[in-house]
Amino acid sequence: MKKVSISFTLNGDTVSAEVPPTWTLLKTLREAFELTGAKEGCGVGECGACTVIVDGQTVNACIYPVPEIDGRHVTTIEGLADKEGNLDPLQTAFLENNGVQCGFCTSGMIMSARSLLDDNSSPNEDEIRTAISGNICRCTGYVQIVESIDIAAKKA
Amino acid sequence: MIDYEYLKPASLDEVFDLMKKHGSKAELVAGGTDVMVFIKQGNHSPEVLISLRGLTDLCYIQKNSAYHIGALATHRMLEQSQLVKEELTALQQGSSQVGSIQVRNMGTLGGNICNAAPSADTAAPLLVLDAVAVLQSPEGQRRVPIEEFFIGPSETVKKNDEVLVEIEIPSEMGRFKTAYCKHARRQAMTLPIIGVSVGILLEKDVIADARIALTVAAPTPIRVRQAEDFLKGKPFEEGVLKEAGEIASSPECCMPRDSLRCEGWYREEMVRILIPRVAMAAVEE
Repeated sequence: MKKVSISFTLNGDTVSAEVPPTWTLLKTLREAFELTGAKEGCGVGECGACTVIVDGQTVNACIYPVPEIDGRHVTTIEGLADKEGNLDPLQTAFLENNGVQCGFCTSGMIMSARSLLDDNSSPNEDEIRTAISGNICRCTGYVQIVESIDIAAKKA
Repeated sequence: MIDYEYLKPASLDEVFDLMKKHGSKAELVAGGTDVMVFIKQGNHSPEVLISLRGLTDLCYIQKNSAYHIGALATHRMLEQSQLVKEELTALQQGSSQVGSIQVRNMGTLGGNICNAAPSADTAAPLLVLDAVAVLQSPEGQRRVPIEEFFIGPSETVKKNDEVLVEIEIPSEMGRFKTAYCKHARRQAMTLPIIGVSVGILLEKDVIADARIALTVAAPTPIRVRQAEDFLKGKPFEEGVLKEAGEIASSPECCMPRDSLRCEGWYREEMVRILIPRVAMAAVEE
């Protein structure tokens, strides 16, 4: 299969790769860039485990055709901590408030929450729940996830 | 094995050239939230994907002598548009209930319509709003009322050499009070068991004009003219609205099928119940 060249900004760095045109953004992140924070759950855009931020908007990387990423800005869970390794307030809040159980949904959950807080720094519970409505968690009852996001918003 | 060439034309002319060159081997893709899933699940296997995402000039929501929505406007744009929320309320409500935020950031109004699912969340609002699909081919444009656009599940009147470029809504529809109800098991990431949209034009307390549209009540989204006609000239009151619900849920108007998500009798029942509720919600909004 003839490969396509892509060049984009990944967590602040300009990167490029040659990948098959049939690859999704998720497969490219995981296999070409070895960023395995975004997960493949359902693979069809329903569970949100693959959520990353493209040009300021969350997308399901598992159904995002990678040729479209050329020239865009991508942020993954690996890009949230600063250069010194200080975690994003959301990451800290999830760790401190049991927002993580098995962890499979966590990076997608945090990316959706990050996008919410970027637009709305003091969301109410309804707004938090709507923001993560495309992220399925099968361990928790979402309560500690919602609390973690609320705490992160209040601390920031 | 999944194997296709991915083409990224930058203009409609280029799109038409590529469509002509690749013919039935090619498939158009906009946001990809349906097409990419069909490919991954093995239901579609195009040799060529022609992406419309480069047509950034089809990504707009405007109002002048009519409302104009570019086919590539995303559901998220419609959801967040103050203009759509205030003047085309049912469409804002439909768009804001498609999939999840991630899906709405990618998925487009044009894609939702061309995919032609009997359950499409934007279909009933567009029927209520008298929307017109603007189809373009190398030969020119033609305008198809949305009611004639759907001809079956996943089937539309769009020809192989045409691209849906715009949805147009007549400006007078902005005077209607409209609402959409997606009746579903969950509040997100689901398809409707039944979708009901109602538009009411009130003059004093009399219903001067009405629109009622249903999804998942037939193989295509439908308008329910008998119930609309019944409402015209009647006072806007609960008993009248309930009667419209009775008419719309009768076998002459809708014949919902049994499916995995729900049995037909329940859909019928919910049409009867929801029409007065949605009409009330539209006017109270």
